Amino acid sequence: MSVDERLNALRGTAPRKPHNARTLAALAANPGCRRRTLLDAAGIDKGQIAQGLGVRISIGQMSSIAIARGKGFEAKVKADGCAELLRLLREHIGLPVAEVHYHDLNPADTDDRITSRLRRSQRALQASAESNEPTGTLFDHPILQLTVNGVQVRIEPDLIAFKLGNQFFIVEIKSFAILDGTANSGKVAGAAQQSAVYVLAMREMLQTAGLDPDMVSDQVVLVCPKDFSNHPVAELLDVRKQLATLKRQLDRMESVESLLRLLPPDLSFDPRLDAAGRPTRDPQELAAAVYQVTARYSPECLDACELGGVCRAEASGMVPVLGRVVREDLGGIDSIKEAVELATGLREPDAGQQQVADLLRRAYGMRETALGAVR
Amino acid sequence: MTILTSLAKALAAYSMTPQQLTVYRHLHISSKPIVIVPLTLAGETNAPLAAMVGPDRARPTLIVTRQPRNRAERIEFAGRLASELLFPIETAAQQTQATGPGPNARLRVVDAPQLWVPNPAGIEFIRTLGRMTRLRFIEGPWAVPKKVRDLGIWLTWFAEQAEFADTGALIAATQAIAAVWATGQSDLEDGNLAAQMAWLAPPEGMDVAAAVSRAENPQLCPPAGPSTDPTFDRLFLEPALRDLATARNPAAHNAVHRRLTAMLEEQMRPTWELTWTAIDLLRDVPEAPRVPKRWEQQRDRFTSFHRYVADGGRPQAKRDSAGRSAQRLAELEQRMAAFEAQRAYDDPLVIADHRLTGEAFAGQVVDVDPARRVPGLRRNMLRPLVTVATGDQTHLDVGQHVYDPARNGQQAVIESVTETEDGWRIELELHNQMGSGLTAKPGSVPTLGEDVTYTSVTETFVRRRPWPTRDETPWTHGGPPPDSTPVVEDAAEDWS
Ligand code: SF4
Repeated sequence: MSVDERLNALRGTAPRKPHNARTLAALAANPGCRRRTLLDAAGIDKGQIAQGLGVRISIGQMSSIAIARGKGFEAKVKADGCAELLRLLREHIGLPVAEVHYHDLNPADTDDRITSRLRRSQRALQASAESNEPTGTLFDHPILQLTVNGVQVRIEPDLIAFKLGNQFFIVEIKSFAILDGTANSGKVAGAAQQSAVYVLAMREMLQTAGLDPDMVSDQVVLVCPKDFSNHPVAELLDVRKQLATLKRQLDRMESVESLLRLLPPDLSFDPRLDAAGRPTRDPQELAAAVYQVTARYSPECLDACELGGVCRAEASGMVPVLGRVVREDLGGIDSIKEAVELATGLREPDAGQQQVADLLRRAYGMRETALGAVR
Repeated sequence: MTILTSLAKALAAYSMTPQQLTVYRHLHISSKPIVIVPLTLAGETNAPLAAMVGPDRARPTLIVTRQPRNRAERIEFAGRLASELLFPIETAAQQTQATGPGPNARLRVVDAPQLWVPNPAGIEFIRTLGRMTRLRFIEGPWAVPKKVRDLGIWLTWFAEQAEFADTGALIAATQAIAAVWATGQSDLEDGNLAAQMAWLAPPEGMDVAAAVSRAENPQLCPPAGPSTDPTFDRLFLEPALRDLATARNPAAHNAVHRRLTAMLEEQMRPTWELTWTAIDLLRDVPEAPRVPKRWEQQRDRFTSFHRYVADGGRPQAKRDSAGRSAQRLAELEQRMAAFEAQRAYDDPLVIADHRLTGEAFAGQVVDVDPARRVPGLRRNMLRPLVTVATGDQTHLDVGQHVYDPARNGQQAVIESVTETEDGWRIELELHNQMGSGLTAKPGSVPTLGEDVTYTSVTETFVRRRPWPTRDETPWTHGGPPPDSTPVVEDAAEDWS
């Protein structure tokens, strides 16, 4: 069986869930997690798996009110062939754009398959990269492709690629505000990480086509509402650092092919959905399949991965559930029970644990004295 | 975080009971705290939706906007919040006392207001609401009521105060709780007030595990805000807002508004209760000895800012000038260092942290020469020698200054460090706080066999050169800043 066939077999009958920049950025944030690597590569809907295991999912939920507002804002920026966006590029970013072509790469209809859209996007972007026409071009909603874990992943970013001269810029429209020139740092960091995925994907595409990947700028145009209003502002966002991190993490990731070699050939994560889309597979059986692939839980998973609750329950009683800092402090100790027993002297440390055990025992003694005095 | 914190978390998780991280509470708790539980409308920048506010747990004031997207309604919301907050601020400011006897005494308020929000996002709400309202004009075409602008100035001040480690002005309940107790879950989970409180005060008859699981279900425990639960938005809020917008007559509008108010109250009430429970729990922890002094300084700051506002002081600028940023940064560092030292001096568990990192040691006095004198420039000086036997491995070395928390930070210099069979012997020369004579004041020199602790952490801050005043800002920092005066664009700023 080819890698693709095996991945399809893992998914079974469930519909494929494509990657997006958010999932790719999250994957790169926990590159050591084989479970996520594999499930994502197979296009498995991790939310469905969590549901099949009866675990609540907290991520990926967005308020319908916020979505409506975000859509309204995007529509405003893109209205009349992106007239407002052009003004921003000219006035806020200082790009000398006189007029532009607008190239709509949105799906033509509901039957428009992603593969044909990908081909169309590639053709349009490549043609534009090869020409040296001075007028700018806006590409709305291109489909991109990136190699992750040795497999090609298609991404469908909500973005505009803008070409001026021989430079491509990624334009991201976000609905968080820039207030007095600064925005919520967490949200900006998230946007920068996602943009880095797009920049990398576009560079890969140009390179595959034998063109210069550096045509894609590592400065990304971020369009956000200004202050408390609905009026857009544009800022340049430098994503060089995020690009470097992303590249390093993608390089470090194991190939899906080698991961598959470790797993039994008949493994399947199919939740066996019924006609109403409800999982019917025995939860224990599904859980057993999921546990076959090792995870690497940290509390950050709760905000980044649909399986957060599942992996947290699995890791219950282990040191990583207490957070990264604790895991570092208690390096070499796996379970919480072990840590407590080392601290209270009920257990002898293993070879590599001597130092941390000494520290724990002293700390425990100090705790007892300090708290005992007031008890 | 330190090994002691990590250990406490492990112990908490293992025993399924919270573990104290400090012996004392290092935060002043007002006898009349004011709690604010805000909610905002998703997708907008700090669009106030509702708030539950007040100093009385049993009788919160409920403020619900009649139309969160409408500018006039937002000003109305700010006005109602102003009525709630400016009154206690004014009342506190009216009651003053002299800082001491004599002609140089200043006036200081007897008590200062203390605001509580559920979490750090609540502090962000306060800051942003302050920014939204302080730059408004109080006359002309864009005029807002004066109290709205004054609220903005005050909220900005409270939010600025909240950046200081030692603050007592505006407090996030999750952070105050986390400073005293470790739960058996990660910091990330502790950021959810309900999940954190599930460890400390689980509902009657429920064990911690069941309480935590319940707390993580937003249908049972609504989020502590200001963001609302997306499911609540979809099922209840969005339809209600739609009905509000389409209500044809005042009666229909009022009916929808009553429905909206009731559902929002239901979302805020659990958080309101949890915040008060958190305050009560903290109040029961004994207060550290140096807390009253810090609170006195906080009262001074309140007093002087109140005077500034009363004298018609301008609203804070949108962004700090270079000079002011540098000054603020220095103040942040200074207050943080002092706070850290004071906590260490007050609290055996905090000093234990320093012992584990080698910045402090504890042991027994095994030798002492209380009358030792050394020749000084003009006369002999009293310099007792104390030798301490300790099992603590320190990074401290000969020549290093250390301080005795039990003797108000009495200074000593390490004369020698010798390794012994079961630890170290550290010889110290005492330098001050023994009175002015050539014999030490009683009790000022440790005695043989006494348990002592010394640390390199110090409360006395080495003052740097004073910062230039505003008008003396050097050109390297942009020269004297232009007067920050709100301009018409600020007053007319769009809120949509
Ligand atoms: S939640 Fe589980 S599967 Fe997802 S990234 Fe974390 S460890 Fe991996």
